[in-house]
Amino acid sequence: MNPSVEALRREFGDKIGRALESCGDTIVYVDVGSAREILGWLKDAPDQEYNYLIDVTAVEYRDPELPLEVVYLLFSLRRKVQLCVKISLPKDAKLEVDSVVPLWQGANWLEREVFDMFGITFREHPDLRRILMWETYSEGYPLRKDFPLRGRLSRAEQVRRALHANPEAHYSLEELSIAEAYNDLPEDMRRRLASGERDEIPEAGGKRTDG
Amino acid sequence: MGEKRTVGLDLATPGMDASGQPVRVPLGVADPRGEIGDVEGGIGTEHLLLNMGPQHPATHGVLRLVVELDGEVVVRVIPHIGYLHSGFEKLGEYRFYNQIIPLTDRTDYLAPMANNVCLAMGAEKLMGIEITERCKVLRVIACEMSRIISHLVWLGTTAVDLGAFTPFLWTFQERERMYDLQEAWTGARLTTSLTRVGGLMADIPEGFEEGLRKCCKRLPKVLDEAERMLTNSAIWCARTQGIGVLSAEDAINFSMSGPMIRASGVDYDVRKDRPYLDYETYDFEVPIGENGDVYDRYLVRLVEMRQSVRILEQALDRLPDGPINVDDPRVILPPKTAAMNDMESMIFHFKQVMEGVRAPAGEAYVAIENGKGELGTYFVSDGTAKPVRWRIRPPSFINLSALPKMAEGHLIADLIAINASVDIVMGEIDR
Repeated sequence: MNPSVEALRREFGDKIGRALESCGDTIVYVDVGSAREILGWLKDAPDQEYNYLIDVTAVEYRDPELPLEVVYLLFSLRRKVQLCVKISLPKDAKLEVDSVVPLWQGANWLEREVFDMFGITFREHPDLRRILMWETYSEGYPLRKDFPLRGRLSRAEQVRRALHANPEAHYSLEELSIAEAYNDLPEDMRRRLASGERDEIPEAGGKRTDG
Repeated sequence: MGEKRTVGLDLATPGMDASGQPVRVPLGVADPRGEIGDVEGGIGTEHLLLNMGPQHPATHGVLRLVVELDGEVVVRVIPHIGYLHSGFEKLGEYRFYNQIIPLTDRTDYLAPMANNVCLAMGAEKLMGIEITERCKVLRVIACEMSRIISHLVWLGTTAVDLGAFTPFLWTFQERERMYDLQEAWTGARLTTSLTRVGGLMADIPEGFEEGLRKCCKRLPKVLDEAERMLTNSAIWCARTQGIGVLSAEDAINFSMSGPMIRASGVDYDVRKDRPYLDYETYDFEVPIGENGDVYDRYLVRLVEMRQSVRILEQALDRLPDGPINVDDPRVILPPKTAAMNDMESMIFHFKQVMEGVRAPAGEAYVAIENGKGELGTYFVSDGTAKPVRWRIRPPSFINLSALPKMAEGHLIADLIAINASVDIVMGEIDR
């Protein structure tokens, strides 16, 4: 067992949950409310120095009763020790944890991926958008166990939606505002972009209106 | 015949200093962001929005960058990824451990053998399997061949991105020779599926060792030639030195790995820091950069290839005889003739194919150092034959996330160089 677990218990008391060993690696569960504080302490405390964030990911078990878990893999570059810190998120509560981007910039995309794939929200994340799926993706969170392997929509419906997507709406409004280019666009394109083409996909079998 | 005519042009090619290190070219503009807007006075204040990709030869795959430009200076980069997303991690949850191996071929498709090794190691750690000595050495050979192949592609394509076409031909020719060996071993250039949980799909074929030794002899010469073309070239130095600098603190903070973090001066190599496959018994060095710029990443990768050659030679020297698979009929399929002729083998064969290999409940994370950085496999098992969660720790995904940090403030042409220096492969980023 990694001695950091004992140090954590001394420092944070009942904020530290159970600790176990799996395949030689130590896993320690921590309280969701103080996770960032605990991870920050692990990062900076002189005898811990887990300064390298290997990975942030999440796990959902097949047993629907079990909570989701957010997994932080830490590594100390000086001491060459690895530690796995986990947070349990019961499914009946809000799936929310504090972002660790203030501690590690590298968590930015990793947390975005967890948000994209599991629907876990990271509070105070600077830029919490979908990353692998597109921004208007509406079928849910692909790595959740209730998400069917082939997706929620039929292949025909997916193709239909893809064909109806506006190929010009590839820029977010935020990106367009960079260049103040929005006002220079033709009227119809501006209308389509402003509506975001989010909800305007016509019913199946209907006539395509534009584009 | 008259006197030999020379061109009276001083290209300011840097020479070598006393220790044989190339002298750096002093760059004219220290901060390209300053002053440029003021040159034209009242004209150029409007920012330009530029879209690069997803289909663009210099983005190394379907990467899309939305770039905000002030003149030629990059103010902001917004990367968009996911065009190649295929849900490998989701697919893995519906497959036996051995069936996941073909999926890993398609993640980092420039070094498929290393991915296979990483996945098999993850499953073996979960199941507590100790592989044979010969298998270990062969896996080291697979990993180092992959690293060389991956770095050769990087060197060639990056040189093309920066306007040097010739090294591309040399490196791809050399890669082709490596690929011939890989093909002789696994039967495929890309979809190698080399490993199995507990061993390998096949032993090396006849003539492989001689072929690899020949490759090891030839490769340093090719690298010498490429170096002669690039390392001291005034154009190459001006395009790469001082570009995309990432400090050591930033490199750690951004979770960089591989040549990216080492070029910034951080001594982090999974082969040394968390040795696997007996890497601690091989004699090799890990190159560390100083400046963390594109040029240092180039130097680090070149030295790494030479070190990989050293490792390959040592591995070939020590390659022991013996079986490549563990002696455990629950994990390794029996030989076909045995499965056809004796009842017990047939039952094992049947059970493995139909029910898969069960892993005990628990979880395991293993990492290997592949060409791009720290490639990890994270398995969570609930005791069935299929993982609850299979996670790839994607090195180039995480390395790419620092692109905006590195590129902002540089010229748009430098964005190409910086993006190339990250050595991304979109199959792994999007998974």
